[in-house]
Amino acid sequence: MSAAAARAALASLIAAASPAAGQVVPFAVAGDAIASPLAGLSGDAARGEAVVKNRETANCLICHSIPDPREAFMGEIGPPLAGVGARLTPAQIRLRLVDPTRMNPAAIMPAYHRVDGLVNVDPRYRGRPVLSAQEIEDVVAWLATLRE
Amino acid sequence: MIHRAVAALILAAGVAAASELRPSRDFLSPELRALQDDPSRHPGWLWVEDGEALWQRGERSCQSCHGGIGSMAGVATRYPAVAPDGALLNLEGRIERCRTQQQNEAPFGTESDALLSLTAAIAQSSRGLPMRVATDGPAASFIEQGRRFYETRQGQLNLACGQCHDENAGRRLRGDVISNGLGTGYPAYRLEWNTLGSLHRRLRACSLGVRATQFPLGSPEYLALELFLASRAAGLPVEAPGLRR
Ligand code: HEC
Ligand code: HEC
Repeated sequence: MSAAAARAALASLIAAASPAAGQVVPFAVAGDAIASPLAGLSGDAARGEAVVKNRETANCLICHSIPDPREAFMGEIGPPLAGVGARLTPAQIRLRLVDPTRMNPAAIMPAYHRVDGLVNVDPRYRGRPVLSAQEIEDVVAWLATLRE
Repeated sequence: MIHRAVAALILAAGVAAASELRPSRDFLSPELRALQDDPSRHPGWLWVEDGEALWQRGERSCQSCHGGIGSMAGVATRYPAVAPDGALLNLEGRIERCRTQQQNEAPFGTESDALLSLTAAIAQSSRGLPMRVATDGPAASFIEQGRRFYETRQGQLNLACGQCHDENAGRRLRGDVISNGLGTGYPAYRLEWNTLGSLHRRLRACSLGVRATQFPLGSPEYLALELFLASRAAGLPVEAPGLRR
């Protein structure tokens, strides 16, 4: 096999192993946490920061503030995310992103990696979680760096 | 399932009692409140003036049956209301009925300038008067329907109206300060729209915000919801035409 063909084969293998962006991967909740990274993926903090700041997709800052003086008009519905990496473990952060109603049925924070049990979902988003497994891991990685 | 029933219960318990609700104007910035109060600087008054002109126009004018627009004082406080034939009508729906059944004209159409103008002029004649929609008799089942809609978590973001408008009223969602979501200021001139718009247009924006199905203007879902919002607002003043960001 040529090197190029080997690379292509490897790339398609990786693509096959990583979950499609539009689907929810299986996960196990223990206590108030999801211990294992979703689909065994590893997160990238820089990408996670971009996800959190994206006003079209995750839109976290509609409700939360982050310690970044360049961000204007941040919300005050959820707790400030400054220091969240010191308050919570990555496993606890993961559950709070995936589906906070698993710990508190009255949670206001949207479930970012869930498709079941939702009502009247806009057809454009039906059957798809807000964030993919990779995006969740990226956001977990970035929030874990917010230690003060 | 049990999960969701519990969530609904907790949510219901969290819905504020009417006495805790505050007029929408209380949540406006001082600048917007001043604009809302000043007809000479409030662009919504252009529609009010057009509506007052429409009121008098034609041989079979609104005025020919009802008298001057002043006779409409208090009407907006009682809408939406159930008509004798059982249909739930908001103010726009009532106007369209007069238009088609009494005036034998084609309906103006939802969100048309003419319908918004007449609605604004009629609602304006109740400005400051307390809301008091009928909640008993044939209205009761519509109110229940609206309440269920209000209390149901919806959309990909899985939020119920009250999670913002009861539990988080007064807090900032990005650049907005969340009000109690009463609807008493509609039709309202929204700077974001750069025009006057109906309550149902605003409701579609909230549905979109949680990535939920947007129901059509004038749909049964939003009509029942509008009645429920009006019943929540009992005793609070009509503010139409409102001024919003
Ligand atoms: C609609 C409002 C809203 C949005 C949007 C939102 N959150 Fe939250 N978040 C909350 C609220 C409220 C809480 C507190 C728990 C609850 O009631 O859900 C919370 C809690 C959290 C927590 C736990 C914080 C702690 O100290 O316990 C984390 C972490 C978090 N959010 C991160 C995020 C991220 C990252 C996003 C975007 C991907 C996001 N949130 C989007 C409202 C929101
Ligand atoms: C994620 C938060 C959120 C949810 C959920 C939400 N809204 Fe809103 N709503 C807002 C914001 C922000 C505004 C603009 C500020 C204001 O006037 O409250 C608004 C405005 C309104 C207004 C106009 C108030 C005025 O005087 O201009 C009404 C009425 C309203 N919402 C009703 C609803 C209803 C009914 C639902 C559920 C179907 C709902 N909202 C869901 C955030 C939300």
